[in-house]
Amino acid sequence: MTNPPKSETTQVYRIYIRAEAQAIWDALTQPEWTARYGYTGYAAYDLRPGGTYTVRATEAFKAAGEANGRPVPDVVIAGEVIEADPPHRLVTTFRMLMDPEIAAEPVTRITHEIKERGNGMCELTLTHELDGADRLAAIVRGDFEDFGAGGGHAFTISDLKSLLETGQSFNE
Amino acid sequence: MIEDDRVFKALADPTRRSLLDRLFERDGRTLTELESEVAMTRFGVMKHLRVLEEAGLVVTRRSGREKLHFLNPVPIRLIHDRWIDKFTESQVAALVALKTQLEHETTLAENGRTTDDQPTEE
Repeated sequence: MTNPPKSETTQVYRIYIRAEAQAIWDALTQPEWTARYGYTGYAAYDLRPGGTYTVRATEAFKAAGEANGRPVPDVVIAGEVIEADPPHRLVTTFRMLMDPEIAAEPVTRITHEIKERGNGMCELTLTHELDGADRLAAIVRGDFEDFGAGGGHAFTISDLKSLLETGQSFNE
Repeated sequence: MIEDDRVFKALADPTRRSLLDRLFERDGRTLTELESEVAMTRFGVMKHLRVLEEAGLVVTRRSGREKLHFLNPVPIRLIHDRWIDKFTESQVAALVALKTQLEHETTLAENGRTTDDQPTEE
């Protein structure tokens, strides 16, 4: 296990959503959408290479953190835009700042790809390259869901699908 | 398009579940690696992987000359979300934990280990 191949530390999630590519792009990148599904948070992207990417916690997110005895910082995710090709491809770095040990892990990288599949369906693929970031890998895989850490990417994008297809996320 | 029928059909086969287990243990494997772990021909494994891919349970990704297979947990998540909401989630998790614990104890008892812990009547 000293030098595992890169693929072992990459996670891939794919979902089909009955929505236009632009609607999915907006739901991924605009704060009024990102505040409504998954872990909730206000995303802010400067959509050009080298631009900043942050997610600020919503009040609900902060309140949940307080209730669990784990206060949440204002900015929970920080990264940099590597590539932005609306509404099809978005590549950013990703660092979670909620826990000092996780924040100290190597910076990871997320690629979102949106492909039209006909009949008003799109395929959204989220690829998270997590080399050396074992703790973050466990969180985003949903390993700690029973301990209040949420269901990770699978939970987030299935909630995104619910929101876009039914107009309501799980919490609404 | 992903339909529940395809997911259930894909999961109904023990070889396909075993392939998913292999990917759960270690993700991003090649056909050759997967083939070496199941008692089946390369062609057979390819056929099963195709069914899993069509059900959305496996996603492939090219890395140089290799085609890597990844477990995609999202279709199972969607089935989960359909019948288990966030209010029943914790009750379900508690019952699953109880089952795991009791079965663990039973296994220990069958192996005769619990007898060591109990005082023997002389």
